Amino acid sequence: MRPEERVQIAAVLVFIARKSFRLGTLLVAVCVLSFWLVSHSPIDPVNAYVGADVMRVGPEQRAAIAAYWGLNDPPLQRLVNWGAAVLRGDWGTSMIFRQPVIDVISERFTASLALMGTAWVLSGVFGFALGIIAGARQGTWIDRCIKWYCLTLASTPTFWLGLLLLIVFAVWLGWAPVGLGVPAGVLSDEVTFGDRIRHLVLPAATLSILGVANVALHTRQKLVDVLASDYVLFARAKGESEFAILWKHGLRNVALPAVTLQFASLSELFGGSILAEQVFAYPGLGQATVQAGLRGDVPLLLGAVIFGAVFVFVGNLLADIIYRFVDPRIRWGGGRYEQC
Amino acid sequence: MSSVDAVAVSHSRTGRLPRLNRRQRTLLVIVLSAALLLSVVAGGLLLGNEMLTTNLDQRNLSPSLEHPFGTDWLGRDMLARTLKGLTLSLVVGVLASTVSVLIALTLGMAAATFGRAVDGAVTWLVDLFLSVPHLVVLILIAFTLGGGTKGVILAVALTHWPSLTRVIRAEVLQLRTAEFVQVSRRLGRTRWWIATRHLLPHLVPQILVGLVLLFPHAILHEAAITFLGFGLSPQQPAVGVILSESMRHLSTGYWWLALFPGLALLVMVRAFDILGDNLRSLVDPRIAHE
Repeated sequence: MRPEERVQIAAVLVFIARKSFRLGTLLVAVCVLSFWLVSHSPIDPVNAYVGADVMRVGPEQRAAIAAYWGLNDPPLQRLVNWGAAVLRGDWGTSMIFRQPVIDVISERFTASLALMGTAWVLSGVFGFALGIIAGARQGTWIDRCIKWYCLTLASTPTFWLGLLLLIVFAVWLGWAPVGLGVPAGVLSDEVTFGDRIRHLVLPAATLSILGVANVALHTRQKLVDVLASDYVLFARAKGESEFAILWKHGLRNVALPAVTLQFASLSELFGGSILAEQVFAYPGLGQATVQAGLRGDVPLLLGAVIFGAVFVFVGNLLADIIYRFVDPRIRWGGGRYEQC
Repeated sequence: MSSVDAVAVSHSRTGRLPRLNRRQRTLLVIVLSAALLLSVVAGGLLLGNEMLTTNLDQRNLSPSLEHPFGTDWLGRDMLARTLKGLTLSLVVGVLASTVSVLIALTLGMAAATFGRAVDGAVTWLVDLFLSVPHLVVLILIAFTLGGGTKGVILAVALTHWPSLTRVIRAEVLQLRTAEFVQVSRRLGRTRWWIATRHLLPHLVPQILVGLVLLFPHAILHEAAITFLGFGLSPQQPAVGVILSESMRHLSTGYWWLALFPGLALLVMVRAFDILGDNLRSLVDPRIAHE
């Protein structure tokens, strides 16, 4: 192994170690803050747990439930107990699903992942294409149309767009089902792959249509900058065709920021999927989070917050890593060119 | 340049409308969008509550001249409900943006003036707030406060400062290296004097534009969290409430319950966006020539 390579690998390891430390501190802070927040909620956890049976539960039973959940301990004690359990991998039991939080999250997230993954890829591809078209034809009517369209999308409420799609495609045309992740009244083993796809189309379309805006506007701006650069001017002077310039200089310089941006926008995608899942009654993690918040399921809510933080962090980390691997101008470690 | 001017002049002679220069167009757009927003507020405030009373013999009417947005299943006029809802969104937006801007200004100035430790702390705090999906943070805070109007306003107000804090911090860091600030410091001016006399005046345009551009986010988030059921109670005419109610009537074909209120919200958010962008190009000479 050559010394430069060794230095390079060491730099990568230091980078990952630094990022992991950062994730650690942020996660601890997120845990403490969220725990502090939910412990101040006026919603009584015992009532939330008992639910509709509130008249049939006597004071002794309530006390027993409170003792079982450890609700009588001082807040700090509860935080430490909960934190230790979380570290051991025991995230508590969801009150509304009567299942371990980990199981609920992993099951629900699988459903959400299908939704978010589809939307992520589609919005990335179409957004990039729109951005390239607009940037290459800067100032023409097609550029103005795309820009106007993207800016309007950025102001569109996700849930409203979902409702519109639902009205048009599910109610009027009857092409897609009105809601749920699978057909109602069918046993879970009888649900076919086709059924799942049919129920995925509209929510994924909602998120894809809206997700286009950000990446398209960004790509357009980058491409406009690139096409105004000296090296493109030089290429033109040499007599290269517009298409060759776009292909050789444009795409290469623009693709990387677009991919990074897509990874860095996982936070918005997560938020969008919460709303889309609510509109289409799609049984994903977002819907579970909303239910947890509305019905006072503290363990599940905390689990969702932590999971959301990890999800966003992984997106940002991937964006960073990709940037550093592909773009030689950005160095690993604390180099002069670092653009964090 | 002169030939371009000549073309413009000849156009203005042949065309019916007077040709405006870029600055005049920007001003016109600002005035128009502000007028649109003001008329929404005026409409929402002037409309009496009699339009919102239930009127059972006028239930589920599709849009007509008398009820441009139709009526709902209690016979309430949807236009009146939408206008009231938008006014409420606007109030929430004003409160939330103002609080967020104040937080951002304080933190951004502190980060850039009080040395490395404070700067590190503020940057970390910004990262912390951006590390959890925004909507999840809103749900968490609304849950803590037990929902309701107070919960929504506080949740939206307390979570929109991070990105603006970054902008202000960067701006102050840049200003501090400017020569007139350096000279001022050498002349023995205190940090406070420099902050209030040199930095703040430069930040005012940024803050104003930031305030207006925060509105769209705040309003959309308010509507979203209300739609999810955390916010305002069902009696209150909020756009989020209207849209979540409309979900129950979708399969019966009452499309106007969802279409128009959402469209009105979209137009309002877009108007704020346009207002903010044009204000920025008026205030900020660096992007005025784009």
